[in-house]
Amino acid sequence: MQRFSAFSLVRRAFGGHQSWQPQWRNPDPKPAYDVVIVGAGGHGLATAYYLAKEHGVRNVAILDKGWLGGGNTGRNTTIIRSNYLFDESMGIYDHALKLWEGLSQDLNYNVMYSARGVLMLAHTVHDVQSFKRHVHANRLKGIDAEWLSAEEAKEFCPPLNISPHVRYPIVGATLQRRGGTARHDAVAWGYARGADALGVDIIQNCEVTGIRRAADGAVAGVETSRGFIGAKKIGVVAAGNTSVVMAMAGVRMPLESFPLQALVSEPVKPDFPCVVMSNTIHAYISQSDKGEMVIGAGTDAYTSYSQTGGLHIATHTLDAICELVPMYRRLRMLRNWGGIVDVTPDRSPIIGTTPVPGLFVNCGWGTGGFKATPGSGHVFAHTIATGGPHPINAGFTLNRFRDGFLIDEAAAAAVAH
Amino acid sequence: MLLITCPWCGERPELEFRHGGEAHIARPADPSLLSDEEWADFLYKRSNVRGLHAERWRHVHGCGRFFNAIRHTVTDKFTVTYKAGEARPDGEGK
Repeated sequence: MQRFSAFSLVRRAFGGHQSWQPQWRNPDPKPAYDVVIVGAGGHGLATAYYLAKEHGVRNVAILDKGWLGGGNTGRNTTIIRSNYLFDESMGIYDHALKLWEGLSQDLNYNVMYSARGVLMLAHTVHDVQSFKRHVHANRLKGIDAEWLSAEEAKEFCPPLNISPHVRYPIVGATLQRRGGTARHDAVAWGYARGADALGVDIIQNCEVTGIRRAADGAVAGVETSRGFIGAKKIGVVAAGNTSVVMAMAGVRMPLESFPLQALVSEPVKPDFPCVVMSNTIHAYISQSDKGEMVIGAGTDAYTSYSQTGGLHIATHTLDAICELVPMYRRLRMLRNWGGIVDVTPDRSPIIGTTPVPGLFVNCGWGTGGFKATPGSGHVFAHTIATGGPHPINAGFTLNRFRDGFLIDEAAAAAVAH
Repeated sequence: MLLITCPWCGERPELEFRHGGEAHIARPADPSLLSDEEWADFLYKRSNVRGLHAERWRHVHGCGRFFNAIRHTVTDKFTVTYKAGEARPDGEGK
């Protein structure tokens, strides 16, 4: 692997940048692997990277029906935070946040993690009570969280409109200063490059069409559009398509897939210093380093795999943004799109074993999986390599729905998140 | 926005409706007879099909009634809507 450094950039500049090599190979599949990962998004690539790096499992293939990072990894609004309510959630999201902090150095790839702060706005008495509870819970776990008055929020993010004379006035906010954003594509590319350098085969445009099982019920491999590939273990990290892939092994999942939309505006000068989220009136906004305002809308009301969504859902979010940040009322939107998110009944992910021996699943990240990418891959690699969960993902089992141990972030946040 | 045909009121915009999840999931007659696995299946597990999907809708801003629909989850196109209590018209699933 060619390492990136200021020196290597300067040296290759003298050669007209002609000597750079492709950042990963494009290999043909081998007949069999120790581990096959289904889905080359951020979570899948991170899983393969940590399998190779931390567990010495290098005979690994990642399959994707499209290009790597072409699903939800390339479609999300890149928000990173760890201020969840329950111990299990705080554990995994803060594990991820700690990895984000050193990720560019670890991967030798600039993922542009920017700890610019995440501001979550409160608009009602219920919001204030619930958010203060979150702040206290976070601080008990050692996670940075602050409660700000409306004036303090305005000082932190001057474009906000804190007038009491709007339909849903801002009455306060929580702030997580370590929260922020990262460059979503760079995360996929960085993990792909790192995993490839450790010997992982990334096989793109190779759709899994079936899961073959041996006589004892354990997995034997996957049928794909490029033929059968044997596997001792299979990790399914297929986001919105998880139910479809798991059905190939006869496993029913507590998941429903919904379109989640996002949109970006024309680029403007840097004028928005942090990430602002409002769960109550549903607006998520931050500014990319290119200058576009990146805006997250809600999910559509019905299950779908269409990778698009109703315009009224996006418009609803723009209504909220025009009220919260009036200076953007004349901003024009450039693009909008949808991704398919797999949502669990308690809005917490499932990371662990399945009833099928050798089959592992990492899914259910719903509308907020990007922030967890490094932590999710890290603990899922541990789970696949050792056959059992890491302490951090021990609660995120598939069986929690049978046993009644829900991690009910859905009720805690009262919205999809 | 989808156009949805309510079996009672006719074609109306999606905004008048609320999605009610997968259709034809019958509540077990005697829940106490179920194993934990079966109860979890009833409560939480869903087919989540990529293709033709039988689902419930409720015309909340109209007649208020529940009905069922077959919709393709990749194209979002409705094949048919039918009244609650009727069997799935394409004969698939349960």
